[in-house]
Amino acid sequence: MKRRWINFVSRFFTIATGLACLAVTVMVALILGNVVRHGFGHLSWKFLSTAPSAGMTEGGIFPAIFGTAFLVILMTLAVVPLGVCTAIYLQEYAPARSRWVPLVRMAIQNLAGVPAIVFGLFGLGFFIQFLGKGIDRFFFGGDLVFGQPAILWAALTLALLTLPTVVVATEEALRVVPRAHREVAYSLGATRWRMVRHVLLPQAVSGILTGTILAVSRGAGEVAPILFTGAAYYLPYLPKRLNQQFMELGYHVYVMATQSPDVDATMPILYATVFVLLALTFTLNFAAILIRSKIRRRMKR
Amino acid sequence: MAAARGHLGLSDETTAAPPKEKMAVRHLTVKAGKTPILNDVSLSLLENEILAVIGPSGSGKTSFLRCLNRLTDLDGLSVEGEALLDGHNIFASEADVTLLRRRVSVVFATPTPLPMSVADNLKLGLRFKAEVGHPEGRMEKSLRAAFLWDEVKDRLGSSALDLSGGQQQRLCLARSLMLEPEVLLLDEPCSGLDPISTAKIEEALQGLKKTMAIVLVTNNVKQASRTSDRTAFLLMGDLIEVDDTGRLFTSPREERTADYVSGRFG
Repeated sequence: MKRRWINFVSRFFTIATGLACLAVTVMVALILGNVVRHGFGHLSWKFLSTAPSAGMTEGGIFPAIFGTAFLVILMTLAVVPLGVCTAIYLQEYAPARSRWVPLVRMAIQNLAGVPAIVFGLFGLGFFIQFLGKGIDRFFFGGDLVFGQPAILWAALTLALLTLPTVVVATEEALRVVPRAHREVAYSLGATRWRMVRHVLLPQAVSGILTGTILAVSRGAGEVAPILFTGAAYYLPYLPKRLNQQFMELGYHVYVMATQSPDVDATMPILYATVFVLLALTFTLNFAAILIRSKIRRRMKR
Repeated sequence: MAAARGHLGLSDETTAAPPKEKMAVRHLTVKAGKTPILNDVSLSLLENEILAVIGPSGSGKTSFLRCLNRLTDLDGLSVEGEALLDGHNIFASEADVTLLRRRVSVVFATPTPLPMSVADNLKLGLRFKAEVGHPEGRMEKSLRAAFLWDEVKDRLGSSALDLSGGQQQRLCLARSLMLEPEVLLLDEPCSGLDPISTAKIEEALQGLKKTMAIVLVTNNVKQASRTSDRTAFLLMGDLIEVDDTGRLFTSPREERTADYVSGRFG
């Protein structure tokens, strides 16, 4: 009797956990399958290389692809140096028993829990209204140059959103470098900075790249933070300066899904755009993973 | 203690010119919090000698060694007293610790090659000095001095982690030599090595002492007796005795020294 019960429980959990796993897989497969089925057919070189036309019922999505790439590159340029420096300070420079370090860490971790839309509002309030308007007042005599939604502000807002990812990954990568390696560096007459530069960073590079991968793939998919800070509904030109607005794939999807004058005509374009957005994110991820494994192999050699 | 201190630096040998004192430690007391590690140790290191420091584990040998190039700064130990290098106190507030560590180099107990190529490991010290260039000649010289050249001359570009333990330790020795230090500190450099690697390191030390002073901390009493010129015996943080190696091993002044070197305790 008892044995049968144990057998039953054992089998039940085998099946239950297996089903949970299956459900997740099926969900991902459904999403991807649906997107590929409806979106792949509409893909063409023309679709990728032209601008939308006829109220987004015809034409392509090139401005949105361009804007997304531009945005993510700007964001990476901002978040990686800032995040890596923060992590280096917390891990290597801050006094060992400082009371502030745990507080700073907690603040960074809380940043990760802030809803994306709040970042968008913060970006509007801080970057555009405060920083941008301030720059205009001091350098441009009050003319409207930086005090408006722009790709620069959107990228900085996204950088704030992805900062915790980079900081945490970098700190982790620095932490696993053995103490003996630091001692070797110091014993050979390294200053703290040279120790960081020549011993820690080469070993931490793959961890830092991991953080960057995660930051990029998160940043490329977020819509809420750029909603008020720079993304445009439609633009007849590509952004060439940092203070111009831009089109973005995620926002373009949102616009087409909610604002189209002709839903049936937009539908294939919408699916194809989602397909491109997914493909772009996956490609970015994949490229970064390749770079990381290459560096790992070089380190081991 | 007093007897040992009185003996310091005064060589009993009646040579024409008394050997010059390279480093001197005066009333060195080291504590970890309130736990004493070294008690009022005074000792000198002469030019071109190998000074062995022996004693059971926990006697403060390693801490003594780490004081000599201020690695104790990293341990959060409190250090009192002074350590002189060519007459200048290395613990003085104006002393440049990075310069000190270039002049007084250390080889740790476990081999510590960094995960990079053999050549990059060797170049580390120069890189920390922001010295760029092609120190190939110096690399060969250091590797030869560490008795490693023949084994790695064809694989300078491959990872240092692929070397055997004994080779890694000799690489660490060569890495220290790249900076042409005046004093070399060795912290049980052969503790994990086979007899052949050990012999190679000991042979290397005999060549090196022509150009530098060497402190060899060792758990191996036999190694001290066959390698060093003078030997210091530490016990529970006290310097019990320091003397010419031959004399310390044949007719030590202290009974505790006699007991230790003959293997009756420790």
